Amino acid sequence: MDEDERWRDLDMLLMRPGNITGPGFDPGPECRECLRDQVHVLCVGAGGLGCELLKDLALSGFGQIDVIDMDTIDVSNLNRQFLFRMKDVGKPKAEVAAERVMARVAGVAVTPHFCRIEDKPLDFYEQFHVIILGLDSLEARRFMNQVACSFLEFDAEGKPDLASVKPVVDGGTEGFKGHARVILPGVTPCFDCTLWLFPPQTKFPLCTLAETPRSPAHCIEYAHLIQWYAERPGEAFDADTEEHLRWVFEKAAARAAHYGIQGVTWQLTGGVVKNIIPAIASTNAIIAAACTLEALKLVTMCSSGLNNYLMYVGTEGVYTHTVAYERDAACPMCSAGVPFRVRPSDTLQQVLDALVADKALGAKLSAPSVSYGAENLYMRGPLEEATRSNLARAIGELVDGDGSVVQVNDRGLAAPLRVKLCFVDSMER
Amino acid sequence: MIKLFSVKEKQKKEAAAANGLSKAVKQSAGELRLQKDISELNLGKGVSLTFPEGKDKLLTFEITIRPDEGTYKSGAFTFSFNISTSYPHDAPKVKCKTKVYHPNIDLEGNVCLNILREDWKPVLSINSVIYGLQFLFLDPNPEDPLNKEAAEMLQSNPRQFEHSVQMAIMRGSSIGTSYFPPCRG
Repeated sequence: MDEDERWRDLDMLLMRPGNITGPGFDPGPECRECLRDQVHVLCVGAGGLGCELLKDLALSGFGQIDVIDMDTIDVSNLNRQFLFRMKDVGKPKAEVAAERVMARVAGVAVTPHFCRIEDKPLDFYEQFHVIILGLDSLEARRFMNQVACSFLEFDAEGKPDLASVKPVVDGGTEGFKGHARVILPGVTPCFDCTLWLFPPQTKFPLCTLAETPRSPAHCIEYAHLIQWYAERPGEAFDADTEEHLRWVFEKAAARAAHYGIQGVTWQLTGGVVKNIIPAIASTNAIIAAACTLEALKLVTMCSSGLNNYLMYVGTEGVYTHTVAYERDAACPMCSAGVPFRVRPSDTLQQVLDALVADKALGAKLSAPSVSYGAENLYMRGPLEEATRSNLARAIGELVDGDGSVVQVNDRGLAAPLRVKLCFVDSMER
Repeated sequence: MIKLFSVKEKQKKEAAAANGLSKAVKQSAGELRLQKDISELNLGKGVSLTFPEGKDKLLTFEITIRPDEGTYKSGAFTFSFNISTSYPHDAPKVKCKTKVYHPNIDLEGNVCLNILREDWKPVLSINSVIYGLQFLFLDPNPEDPLNKEAAEMLQSNPRQFEHSVQMAIMRGSSIGTSYFPPCRG
């Protein structure tokens, strides 16, 4: 197949002007070349969504792809994670996926990273133009959100510096439902702006598990949460170790038999302990396609992007709905921080006094505490004594420099307040 | 758009290098929220808190409760708190490190407190959990037990229950099949 024939469908998007293209879209062959040679995309996760994403990215003309995943291939993955074969069981997902995509799609370079996302330094993530997420946990998503927000910088007026915006496209599926969303930190809501979107997990009261089990899930949770620690003390439970899961399954089955409860199965045990909802291959395919298209739009501007959250429900047809969620102006992760002028020589006590005396900020502050990153500079409550000595120190010594953002806490505030310290000469203020 | 990104990025990097500021991954929202919780903590009489890993590592700590009235008077009960980075979406993980004869605390230290599991909400805080734990000592609940033996004794013979608990706190004693070391606070 010649090159033009191969990219015919992509060229429909990249070679022609249109009425709904994004700002600065410049149709032409350079778009395809740029996608192949310059754009660097990171795919986080090489599981159900990840396999689809990698295939879609490679076939959409992305030439440089990195993939990161900490998992190895399990036999139960093979029904939908189509890059893997029986002989790959036990091998790292990222490595096998990279190899398979390169073998099937000519001209694409896929670099695997077989490790935890937390193990990579911030510099690693900085090199990518777009980060695309195919994850299955809220925790991992929040970590990637933290990473993306760590690059974000604001100008003096509190507007996000576009060069510091690290675009993230997030996909997620659960059975027949899924979502795709575009996060431009500082521009569209980040994960923590809309954390309320995630429903809490159902948890059973411990006493019900212990005394009045009524369902197979109750028996499994009892074996998992209570019997394990009682009968195998000091041993950490690992849901990915088959022997551990087998143990929980057998104990749960015995308990269910004792209470005359039906339905404790090996599959349900895995489902309850690992909180698994059956994955549907077609849902992954639809969501991955939506995410890849958004990544393509972000880097080429061939169309204006998704604003900013698409939900998909496939239970009774192909239903999608798009909502523009709004940023939380006080989000602890992606908000600009209120600018506040201080002299580097001011003591922390003087800064606190000035905050309380400030016309705008002071209204909500009475007894503020201040932290800088993980470092608690001055804390009321039980850490007051341990942090008191900082009050006499100059703020210039306690933070990294002009523009440092500190978190201020106070009972009068509903959430931590980000304050950006602007250093001024000793003469002004 | 990509062209715009790359040019500006380059300038940015040079500027950052000149500045000498190196970036680190931000703290998790869970840690940020915990800073707020801890700074607003109002430990009443009989409650103390320690951070074994220092004042800047807030995700693990221990709370000791010393009830000054009720069945558990004069005892000292230590709880370990483990907070995940997804706090406050997820509840703190709390275990009782002191072996105690209590209808709602089992011998492995599991605690049956509704707000730690089914009734946890992100608006609750470390303070709410401490109140909940204090309440467990003032008003042990035999209706939904985790330690069935203790619950049965509390219901059938409250005086014997109180006596056994006090004996265990003061001098250490065996109740039923288990030994409870002294935990006088």
